[in-house]
Amino acid sequence: MNSDAPWWSAHSWFGASARERVRGLLDADSFEEFIGPEHREMSPHLRVFDLPEQFDDGMIVGRGLLDNAPVLIAAQEGRFMGGAFGEVHGAKLTGLLRAARDIRSMPVLILFDTGGVRLQEANAGELAIAEIMRAVIEARLAGVPVVGLVGGRAGCYGGGSLIAGCCSAVAVSEQGRISVSGPEVIETNRGVEEFDSKDRALVWRTMGGKHRRLIGGAEMYADDTVPSFRDAARRLIERAPPMNVATLAAEQYRLVRRIERFGACADAVDVWRSMGATEPQAIPALAYQEFVALADRLEEPAHEAR
Amino acid sequence: MRLDEILASLFPNGHEVVLDHGLISGHGKLPGGAAVAVIGVDGRTAVGIDEAIRLSANVLDVVRRGRNDAILVLIDSSSQRMSKRDELLGLSEFLAHLAKCLIFADCMGSRTIGLLYGHTAAGAFIATAMATRTLAALPGADPAVMDLPSMSRVTKLPVEVLEEKAKSTPVFAPGLENVAQTGAIEAVLDPTISLAIQVEALLAKPPETADTRDRLGEERHGRPKAADIAARVYGLARGS
Amino acid sequence: MEHLSYRHAVRRRATGSKRKALVGVVASGNLEVLVERVLPDYMCEVDIRTAAAGFGEIWRLVVADFVERRSPGGLKLSINDGGARPDMVSLRLAQAVRAVEGGHL
Repeated sequence: MNSDAPWWSAHSWFGASARERVRGLLDADSFEEFIGPEHREMSPHLRVFDLPEQFDDGMIVGRGLLDNAPVLIAAQEGRFMGGAFGEVHGAKLTGLLRAARDIRSMPVLILFDTGGVRLQEANAGELAIAEIMRAVIEARLAGVPVVGLVGGRAGCYGGGSLIAGCCSAVAVSEQGRISVSGPEVIETNRGVEEFDSKDRALVWRTMGGKHRRLIGGAEMYADDTVPSFRDAARRLIERAPPMNVATLAAEQYRLVRRIERFGACADAVDVWRSMGATEPQAIPALAYQEFVALADRLEEPAHEAR
Repeated sequence: MRLDEILASLFPNGHEVVLDHGLISGHGKLPGGAAVAVIGVDGRTAVGIDEAIRLSANVLDVVRRGRNDAILVLIDSSSQRMSKRDELLGLSEFLAHLAKCLIFADCMGSRTIGLLYGHTAAGAFIATAMATRTLAALPGADPAVMDLPSMSRVTKLPVEVLEEKAKSTPVFAPGLENVAQTGAIEAVLDPTISLAIQVEALLAKPPETADTRDRLGEERHGRPKAADIAARVYGLARGS
Repeated sequence: MEHLSYRHAVRRRATGSKRKALVGVVASGNLEVLVERVLPDYMCEVDIRTAAAGFGEIWRLVVADFVERRSPGGLKLSINDGGARPDMVSLRLAQAVRAVEGGHL
């Protein structure tokens, strides 16, 4: 990054807005937005609910440079409607990925910050997610790395977590969470015995960044800073696996093995102990460097899956 | 229609499709001669890691056989399984992997056709029905993103209010018609005539290379903006 | 949703040459301001969309105060309000003008 980097570049990723993350991640002044807020392409569905709209519908897409190399980038604003996928929001990402597929030479970075589908536009949001997943796979089939970054306030929930699962690779920070059903939804449906959504430590052990890194839901663990995510993005673009039968077969095997090894574990602590951690209960308190070292040590040999 | 009736209507000359713990697997031959693989979920079963991993294994078997058999995905499921264990083990990756396998299989020549005959919701909906190239449904199918009472809890709006608003827009409430209007469902089949003939007709159409669901949603006035926004972003990205 | 719009004649144009900027987020207690340099130098317009109806008088006063302090000539400021308090609105309006005048926040 350059010497007169803006103040936000060292700040918390978690606390930054989507725009700040994009600007901090890319080379200075290299970002060009597609259908920016001045175009006022907002959701047509929120007025029925008397809800305020946002000029960019909570999704920023465009292109820029990452260390002088062109990339396409998408970022969700987690504080608008919980970063949830609506019709316009989703369509921006769909269009970006289809372009990536046909351009072939530019990787895609997706900065997730989402609670899933926007309920007020549920059917449109759900289908947008399916379209995005297909577009991710088509881009990957064309050789394009699609890298997900997770570390925002809304986490990466619901359909967002399925899109992340389609990416070439994912980086997650401690603050990040990745899960299909949210803690409250599990508790409402199955009772507090099954999952106490108010138990924050439980939520983070089960769905949080450290656990996802250890169990393999994310390839890299980032610190809660823009430079750390930038570094992770750079590395994950480089080591993105191809999308082919061998990769899918390896992923099948990896997931089968995961059930075999951990399917009887009652809690994340049991999973971590099973992986070889000698003090699993101390993991949540580990600082960044120590955790990264531990995760690298416990990691299985590099897999060709995803 | 029940699963056994559906299978009899698809494969009047017999089939090798079995049901095990809510999961459908096997194969059959359509009257015209085409061999199709069959996978799916029956009995409103929830799709958790144990279900998803078996379904994806079946899809990969078809891909590895290399015969380009079409894959029929029959769905009557619940939502994804909501449990600590499933999320602990990374349910999102299992569901994504299933969708990846289906999408990949289709791209590689095994056309995927979904047939929604019962319920489906949320993550299960995305990973099964919506991961097929062509999604058909039978009357009486009831897809949902979320049921109205749960939506009511989350949005803090009474169910009656949601029902009233649903009269003016198809974009959020559950139901086959609403979901079809967004462009997700290509066709609703006729249960009174042979399903085999109708599925063969779908297979006879030249394979779509592009995902045209957004255009379909625009034509049906279910999604007025998606196709246009996606096309504009596409054009801007390619232009730069 | 309530739409409010206020036009003011102002003494000076906003300095700098940036054509547009955006500050804020539409979240509870927050607001976004899109500022565009699209008006004649002696004019300013503030357009507001808010779900909280009936606060027109407060908006009018906040906007009038902002225009008097900052003289944002040439600027159209468009607001999507998430239920922000007047002091937050004033802050964002000031940030918006600073952003388009070329200073960093």
